[in-house]
Amino acid sequence: MGKTVVIDGNEAAAWGAALSRPDMVAVYPITPQSSLVEYLAEFIADGRMDADLMDVEGEHSALSVLHGACLAGARTYSATSAQGLAYMFEPYFRTPGLRLPIVVSLVTRDGVSPTCVWGGQQDAMSVKDIGWIHMFCENQQEICDTIPIAYKVAEHPEVMLPVNVNHDGNYLSYGVARVDLPDQEVVNAFLGEKDVNWHACLDPERPMAVDPLTGGATGAGPSMFVRYRKGICAGMQNALSVIEEAHEEWGRRTGRHWAPLIENYRMDDAEIALVTIGSMTGAAKDAVDEARESGARVGLVKIKTFRPFPAARIAEALAGVKAVGVVDRAVNFGWNSGPVFQEVLAALYGSAARMPVMSFIGGLAGADITVEHFARVIERTRRLAAGEFATQPVWLNEND
Amino acid sequence: MREVRIHGRGGQGAVLASAILAGALVEEGRHVMAIPAFGFERRGAPVVAFLRFDDKPIRRVTNIYTPEIVLVIDPTVSASVNVFAGTPQGSTLIQATAKEAEALALPAHLARVALCDAVHIALDIFRRPITNTIMLGAFARATGLVSPNSLIKALEQADFRDAGLKQNIEAVQRGFAETRVLELDGAAAA
Repeated sequence: MGKTVVIDGNEAAAWGAALSRPDMVAVYPITPQSSLVEYLAEFIADGRMDADLMDVEGEHSALSVLHGACLAGARTYSATSAQGLAYMFEPYFRTPGLRLPIVVSLVTRDGVSPTCVWGGQQDAMSVKDIGWIHMFCENQQEICDTIPIAYKVAEHPEVMLPVNVNHDGNYLSYGVARVDLPDQEVVNAFLGEKDVNWHACLDPERPMAVDPLTGGATGAGPSMFVRYRKGICAGMQNALSVIEEAHEEWGRRTGRHWAPLIENYRMDDAEIALVTIGSMTGAAKDAVDEARESGARVGLVKIKTFRPFPAARIAEALAGVKAVGVVDRAVNFGWNSGPVFQEVLAALYGSAARMPVMSFIGGLAGADITVEHFARVIERTRRLAAGEFATQPVWLNEND
Repeated sequence: MREVRIHGRGGQGAVLASAILAGALVEEGRHVMAIPAFGFERRGAPVVAFLRFDDKPIRRVTNIYTPEIVLVIDPTVSASVNVFAGTPQGSTLIQATAKEAEALALPAHLARVALCDAVHIALDIFRRPITNTIMLGAFARATGLVSPNSLIKALEQADFRDAGLKQNIEAVQRGFAETRVLELDGAAAA
C-alpha cells in the first residue's frame, strides 16, 4: 500500500496528476486553484515528477499549449477555476472536436458579478454542454483517485474526449483530510502503456490536416460537420460504460470502490430522495442518517459523472420514490432553478415514473451547506411528497 | 466526533496550526477534516480555522458552529470577535494570555480553561510573536487528545517559511510544559 498523508484537496489533485505521469503541464494559477499548480511545480522541481512545466501568461495559452503537446503525443494536465476557465473558453470549446484526451482539474468557484473568489459550481455548470466529460468529487481521497481514472477514460479509443475532474473550491481545495496515496506501480499498471493520441498525433511521416475548415451548405461540408458532432456524442455515450469499467478496475487495484456514475445511498426502501453533487454530499448523508433515526424513509443519489449525464441510471434510482429534492450549488438563470434540477427532470421524463421534484440552491460564493440545511431540505421534500408543491426554488442561504 | 475552532490573526499561522494538528491526529489513527474559514483574509485581521476528528471517516465538509474546544492563539483577538460563539455547556478554552483566569471575562458554561503565556515564549524562541505551534503544545496539555510526540512528527512533515523545525519542536514542548489547566466546575470537560 501507498503512504497515508494529510493534505488539502489541491495537493490531493496534484498527487493524482503526478501519479498519472503527464509529460506536459501548463499552468496559470488562480484562486482557489493556485496551490494546486504550486504543488506540481514543486514536484517537478524536486524531481518527483518528470514533466515539462510551462508557466504561461494566461489560461487561453495554458490550454493551447496542451493542444500542441497532445498533438505531439504527450499526456497533458492543467487546472483552472472560474475567471480562468472563462479566459480559457476559446480553446476549451475547440478541445472535444479535436478529440484530445486532456485532463484539467476544475476547482469550482462561483461566477462574477458581484465579485467573489469563493466556491460554487457556476463555472462548471456554465460549460456543461461543450463536449468535455465532467466528474465531481466528494472528498480529497476521491479527487486523488479520480484523476488517474480520468486519464484512463479520456484516452480510451472509444472515448477520446477531454475530462474535467471537478472539486469544490475552498471547502475541498483548502480543506485538509487524510488521503491514502496509491503506489506509483499500481497507477502505472492501471493506466498501462502510454498511447495518448494515436488518432491525431502529428507525424512528418504521416501528414494530415487537423482541425480543417469544415461545414457550410455545399459539397461534403454538411455531412462532414455532422460526422464530427455525432462523433463527440458517440464518445460521450461510450464513456458511460468506460467510466464504469475504469472505476471498477481502480477499485480492484486499490481497494477503493467509488460509484462511477451515481451513488445510491440508503435508497432501497426510500420514499423520498435527495440528489446531490460534489462535497455537499457528505453533510447530506449525515442528514439522511439523522432523519432515518427519526423514522423518515429518505435516501440520496449522488451524481459523480455529470457529463455524460447518466440519465437512465438516475431515472432507475428515483423510480420508486414519492418526491425528489435536488440540491444545486449553481443557478440556471433561464429556468429560475438549479441546473442539476433541470437535468434530473429531463432524465425522469424518459421513464414512466412521475413524481414532484423541487429545486434547492445553496452554497453559492463560499456559503456553507450544513447538516441542518439538509434537514430542512428533507423536511420540505417530505411535505412535497404530501402534496405541498412549489413553484419557486428554495434558496438555502437566503437568511444566513 | 470532536470539534475544535481555532482563533488567531492573519499571519500567525492559525490555518497551518489546524493542518499540523490534523496531521498529528492522523498519526494517532484518527480521521480528520480541517477547513479554514475563508473570507477577507489579511495580515492582522481575525481569522478562524475549523478542525473535526473522529475514529471513523468524517463525511461532512462543513464549517463548525458549536465547537466544544476553542483554541485562541492570539491574546487580543477575543476583544474583536466572540470566541465563545456557539460553544456548548462544558466547553474547553485554551487561551494565549499573560493574564490570570480571574482577569479574563470567562463565561460560566466553561468546564476547563488552559492558559499559556505564548507570546512571551514565542519572543524567547522566535524573537517574534508567532504562537501557533506553542498553542498546539498547550492544546495537547489541556485536552490530552493528542500527544506532543505526534505533534512533533506532524511538524516534521510541514514546511516552515519563517522558522526552523528545531525551534517549532521547542515551541510545542514549551507550550505543553508551560500551560496551566484549571477545572472550573463539575461539568464534564469537553
